Amino acid sequence: MAESLELEIATPERLLVREKVREIEIPGKEGYLGVLPGHAALLSELGMGVLVYSTAAGSRFSVAIHGGFLEIAGAHVRVLADRAEPAKEIDQSRAMESLRRAEKRLVNPAVGIDIARALRAYQRAQARLDAAKAKAGVH
Amino acid sequence: MPSLIDIRRRIRSVKNTQQITKAMKMVSAARLRRAQDRVIAARPYSETLTKMLAGVAAAAQSGDSGELHPLLKSRDENRIHAIVIASDRGLAGAFNSNLIKLAMRFLTEEKGAAQIEVEPIGRKVVDFFRKKPYRIVAEHTGYSQAVRLVDAQAIAQRVIERYANAEIDAVYLAVNEFKSVLAPRLTLTRILPIQVPTDSVSVDYIYEQPPAELLGALLPRYVETQIYKALLESNAAEHAARMASMDSATSNASDLIEKLTLYMNRVRQASITREIIEIVSGAAALE
Repeated sequence: MAESLELEIATPERLLVREKVREIEIPGKEGYLGVLPGHAALLSELGMGVLVYSTAAGSRFSVAIHGGFLEIAGAHVRVLADRAEPAKEIDQSRAMESLRRAEKRLVNPAVGIDIARALRAYQRAQARLDAAKAKAGVH
Repeated sequence: MPSLIDIRRRIRSVKNTQQITKAMKMVSAARLRRAQDRVIAARPYSETLTKMLAGVAAAAQSGDSGELHPLLKSRDENRIHAIVIASDRGLAGAFNSNLIKLAMRFLTEEKGAAQIEVEPIGRKVVDFFRKKPYRIVAEHTGYSQAVRLVDAQAIAQRVIERYANAEIDAVYLAVNEFKSVLAPRLTLTRILPIQVPTDSVSVDYIYEQPPAELLGALLPRYVETQIYKALLESNAAEHAARMASMDSATSNASDLIEKLTLYMNRVRQASITREIIEIVSGAAALE
């Protein structure tokens, strides 16, 4: 069995991560998936949330993922994210602000507001915050 | 015979032009590098997506339902939607005109009988198609400044929706692909109905969702990616074409300057000779 996994995170615009990793936690559409070396081949849609991976050296990294696809084949884990932001690129105060804004919209919806959109904005902000916090070690 | 001063003036003006073309060449070279980087950066996603799609499509087809996804179903091509991508600006050699020629040949010769609507991207093509009898559904300019993913997604979503509603029967995309710095490759591809890529390697995946459902999510992404890629490629090809044409303009200017300088020297020499003859013959007359 393979000792490590090769993780690739790509967005339509760029390749974000290509690294040997030991363990990955992936936000699937139906809930989080833990992936270790030797995982069965799998195809799935991604949800919104935080992907956390730990490298062979033991450091943990988190990336906010906003939808996409996942392929696991052999030792390759390919994440095709619609959007992805590594924790270090996330502006926490901005994410916090948009979370509050979306929350307010959801709690007392004004007339003509797009609920689905507000909900997506809320989830997006939540994913960003979680990623940023996981990086800070609160997680 | 033109006077010396006229020729000098002419040389100076050609030199000025040369400076401009040289500067434009350098600017294009820098932009080309950036555009090329973006093309390369977008590659891993589209390659993996293509592979994934091939696998999922095969699995979905062998599945029990047998019902083809709407975006895969082809119809008689009575109404054609053509997306034509070129540049906002000229001075790029035959970049725009070759593409327009390709698009027009396709639309008039191959699809002459169909009802055609166009979606030109880039000022040069927009201007061209405005003078044509085709219906322009949407037009976009400013993309050669900055190609953005959201723009590509918006274009894709619109055509997908119209295709799904059976307002159009096929969507074609004409674009200059970036092949090499020397020459772009003109391509014309059908993006809807989707021709599913085939992949020889098939892995037995576990599917979290039914393959048909996953396919439904993958297909629109695939169209988006194709359009985004086309925009990036066209952008890179445009800068490459401009760089090449500015390079040849610069060397043409050098040739011209050389010729003019030679001519100027000849004129100067002729006038000196004439003056000497005048002096000599004047002196001879005095003897």
